[in-house]
Amino acid sequence: MTEWFTLRNIVVVGLLIVLALVPVYVSIGGNTFLMTLFTRIVILAMAATSLNLILGYGGMVSFGHAVYLGVGGYAIGILAHEGVASGFLQWPIAIGASALLALVVGALSLRTRGLYFIMITFAFAQLVYYFGVGLERYGADDGLTIYRRSQFAGVLDLSNRAVFYYLCLLLLVGTIYLVWRLVNSRFGLVIQGSRSNDRRMQAIGFPTFRYRLTGFVIAGAICGLAGALLANHTEFISPATMHWTRSGDLIVMVVLGGMASSFGPLIGAVTLLVLEELLPAIIRLLAFPFLDPPMAVKISEYWPIVLGPLFLLVVLFARGGMNGLLEGARRD
Amino acid sequence: MLLVLEQCLNGLQFGLLLFLLAAGLTLVFGIMDLVNLAHGSLYMVGAYFAATFTAWTGSFVAGAVLALGAALIVGMAVEVIAMRRLYGRDHLDQVLGTFGLILFFNELVRIVWGPAGLSLPLPAWLSAWIEILPGLDYPTYRIAIIVTALAVALLLYLLVMRTRLGMLIRAGASNREMTGALGVNISLLYTLVFGLGAALAALAGLMQAPIQTVQIGMGENILFLAFVVIIIGGIGSIRGAFIAAIMVGLIDTLGRAFLPDLMGLIMSSRGASQVAPALSSMLIYVLMMIVLVVRPAGLFPVSIK
Amino acid sequence: MTDALLAIEGLTKRFGGVVASDEITLAIPTGELHAVIGPNGAGKTTLIGELAGEIAPDQGRVWFAGRDITALPVHRRSAIGLARSFQVTSLFPDFTALDNVALAVQAHSGHSFRFWRNARRDAALREPARAVLAQVGLADRADVPVSRLSHGEHRALEIAMALATRPRMLLLDEPMAGMGPDESARMVNMLRGFKRQLTILLIEHDMEAVFALADRITVLVYGRVIASDIPAAIRANEEVRKAYLGAPDELVGQE
Repeated sequence: MTEWFTLRNIVVVGLLIVLALVPVYVSIGGNTFLMTLFTRIVILAMAATSLNLILGYGGMVSFGHAVYLGVGGYAIGILAHEGVASGFLQWPIAIGASALLALVVGALSLRTRGLYFIMITFAFAQLVYYFGVGLERYGADDGLTIYRRSQFAGVLDLSNRAVFYYLCLLLLVGTIYLVWRLVNSRFGLVIQGSRSNDRRMQAIGFPTFRYRLTGFVIAGAICGLAGALLANHTEFISPATMHWTRSGDLIVMVVLGGMASSFGPLIGAVTLLVLEELLPAIIRLLAFPFLDPPMAVKISEYWPIVLGPLFLLVVLFARGGMNGLLEGARRD
Repeated sequence: MLLVLEQCLNGLQFGLLLFLLAAGLTLVFGIMDLVNLAHGSLYMVGAYFAATFTAWTGSFVAGAVLALGAALIVGMAVEVIAMRRLYGRDHLDQVLGTFGLILFFNELVRIVWGPAGLSLPLPAWLSAWIEILPGLDYPTYRIAIIVTALAVALLLYLLVMRTRLGMLIRAGASNREMTGALGVNISLLYTLVFGLGAALAALAGLMQAPIQTVQIGMGENILFLAFVVIIIGGIGSIRGAFIAAIMVGLIDTLGRAFLPDLMGLIMSSRGASQVAPALSSMLIYVLMMIVLVVRPAGLFPVSIK
Repeated sequence: MTDALLAIEGLTKRFGGVVASDEITLAIPTGELHAVIGPNGAGKTTLIGELAGEIAPDQGRVWFAGRDITALPVHRRSAIGLARSFQVTSLFPDFTALDNVALAVQAHSGHSFRFWRNARRDAALREPARAVLAQVGLADRADVPVSRLSHGEHRALEIAMALATRPRMLLLDEPMAGMGPDESARMVNMLRGFKRQLTILLIEHDMEAVFALADRITVLVYGRVIASDIPAAIRANEEVRKAYLGAPDELVGQE
């Protein structure tokens, strides 16, 4: 029993408890901004977890994963715009459309590896992005406002922020559990083996393409669901959600948090977004005694510059990311 | 007809700039087996340096020269501090690591120069037009770019083909271990190659700057095309990069110029003008796929041992 | 040719100006251990590549159990009973030895579109894998990550991977590469044990091993077969001696 009390497990459990208690804290008078922030964190953590399946475990570096956030979001937005507000219709379509796009992109891209794969997924991402920009009917560049959240008649009221938050949290935990089961199943071992040594996989008899494609589609579908959640959360969708830099954000979350670990993407999402919000304030606070206020404010705004080198350091020396550091072990 | 010719010249000019950018990329990939996503950052930094130095010195040429020097220093510093640790690593690690560098440079530029872009105005003697054919006036500046880029390409050719350093570069590109075994100071060679690539990228950046604005993220937009160029041309091959760059430059420019009109025949003009950029990118991608199917190692592959 | 398990006819491959395989013709009957030797650059690895499906020959055909497999994709060759090991160790470094072999077992246990059950607890995969590990002498190293195994253990694991796919024929590419004399002797004994159950094509530089194991030997020089006969005849062959200029002792062997 004592082997459960590792630092990493304590941190993860603590994190989950904190996440579970956010609405409670807010309801007793806490800042509602926290609810908004943590809803966003939970949704992006879900997207990052889906990316981890193909990036961390599968070794497929996709700079186009954010397009599924967009496809899911646009599914909600377009359907809402056209008068279909039922979540029971919207959400399956969001997932299905994302899965379909992933199938097409994957079928064309997964014949390649390494740099070529990156290039092709990037090209597809740009294509989808520009396609979104060209969607005049649905707001084009300016985006589309979603006036009504998905309706789940009688079952759930998504406009209730606490209800929505818990739904997202439930889906996040479900995703983490699903990915965990996936990667340890026969299917998952094929994906991991293919990342590790595809040549060997072929030699022992695995037609790896079909398995990697399946993984790619599953990841896309999950991310599409996250996109549906995100659109409901922000009540808005625009092509900017699909820009390759958003894919870059997801990659940062996965790598920083810990590739090929169950909770790494969540840790990464929390770290990144909390830093984004809190670090400027923390820096200002710490610097206050030493520097005059305008200087402190300036420095606090410059914090993102450490992200790049930090990311590089993680890639070079701490391949297991924060999760790996917490576990005290390094992936070779 | 004259319009087509003008666009062809634009395509040639863009292609030559792409070549300058791609040359460094293909050398670094071919010799050091390093996938450098941050190459576009050097392009951006070159443009920013040029804008600043030109404003300081009041002279476009002086600004350009200073910018090249500064970019060379930055490039070599980046090589010593960061790139060295990425050699020999998995390409995945290199992609992720250099992505971190992109984040760093974008932030650094934002801090030093602010989030708004800069502009790099041209001196009077470069802002004129020349009538190169009856009825066709072409900007002097674009001609200057073509001439300069061709001159640099020629110098690069002479460097690689006729000098001792060039011989080492070619040897390094086709057989890394052997070159090391010959007692050549590989570290220094790598630093020089990387610095050279950085200077070429910066040159491309500063030459393009007056035509498009100098802004954060300008490198990433063009980086994709640069990678397409080196894949089509054959990794490690400068000659391949040259030819592929011209091809890509022409197709991209002509695509952007005429695709909206072509698309306008089958859809609304506003829709066409927005779908066209995406389609012309896909055009390049299709070209890349065709080349890869017919010649998987690129047009002029350098066989690497 | 008719009772040959593996038959190669006129196999030719050129890389630029280099002829890696030059009209190679060979027939290996079931149960034979056939060694292929030759100086470096003779095209031995290209040959394995062609037999394993990684390299498409320019000309020539390959038959396995009477079936033309020249164009058969890599991953299908394992299914028909042709397994290979790699000259440069090619394993899954993050996985344990048992994981590695279990994956090979999994490849031949139906499809892998199973998404839920923990594959590491699947006895149908783990038990056969343990059995194979025992066959190559790695039973007690089952739970060690491959990155922590010794070179000799890697080479044994290479063979285990091939064995786990329940092949009819093994293509072994320098299994003793980099091994010391003790380890090599152990490997020779192990391979001797497989001789009757499996047909083996063995590429090796270690002449002691070759002469200890081979039923027949083919000598490849610059991609061409210059001799293909029983070991005694090869040892006495003048052309073969000339091909191994400077190392005539290697051919003598110690029986």
